[in-house]
Amino acid sequence: MTLENFINIFDELELVNKGEELDREVTKPYCCDLLSIAMSKMPQGAAWVTVMANVNTLAVASLTDAACIILAEGCNFDEASLEKAKEKGITILRSHMPVFECALMIYKKLNG
Amino acid sequence: MNERITLKYDVHCDDFTRAGEASSSVKRKLKLMGVNPDVIRKVAIALYEGEINMVIHSYGGTIEVIISPSVIEMILRDTGPGIKDIELAMQAGYSTAPDNIRSLGFGAGMGLPNIKKYTDDLKIESEMGIGTTLRMLVYIPLEE
Repeated sequence: MTLENFINIFDELELVNKGEELDREVTKPYCCDLLSIAMSKMPQGAAWVTVMANVNTLAVASLTDAACIILAEGCNFDEASLEKAKEKGITILRSHMPVFECALMIYKKLNG
Repeated sequence: MNERITLKYDVHCDDFTRAGEASSSVKRKLKLMGVNPDVIRKVAIALYEGEINMVIHSYGGTIEVIISPSVIEMILRDTGPGIKDIELAMQAGYSTAPDNIRSLGFGAGMGLPNIKKYTDDLKIESEMGIGTTLRMLVYIPLEE
């Protein structure tokens, strides 16, 4: 599924920032809040579901080639981080769902 | 790509908003140069972990990245407290990072182990009260 389709298909996810490379493939959901583990284990093109919302989350997403960040549990970036996300062209969505339920929903859609 | 390219960056201690800028910049440049994506990923991860280590533990330092056709060399030099026991620091899970660092999502004791995992060669020199230098190599495989 392309990132463009991904953004449009979920009513449950609120679009926070529409980034660049919207024709890229979203491969699978990935869950982790510990950045060092996410850094070493995140698959390319991941839809990264996390509650860790700081500027380092953006760096990790960008360096590991995640397709997008999905903030669960109603978490949100502060203004400075959002500016950075816009600058880096990183797509961000958010949800009030818990991490597991959010990732499961994505998994079902990507594999359904 | 035949020539050697050297990139230099400054890293400032405790500046988490700018941590990752060197790694991102190197990643972008390697992508533009058409370097193998697996190589780019290894370099980006190792460099970011090194950069974060400098931000957390050192008083600041420099990163030098030398890109040549067959290898990428990264030299991270910092002034700082140094690493007391390098063997211990290399163990996954061992960390001396304070709680405020952990709340940012770091400090899991994965930094040096990740660097080791994603580089083809790693040398650490550290002197207590002076600083630490990491030299890491990532080889670029010949295109088939």
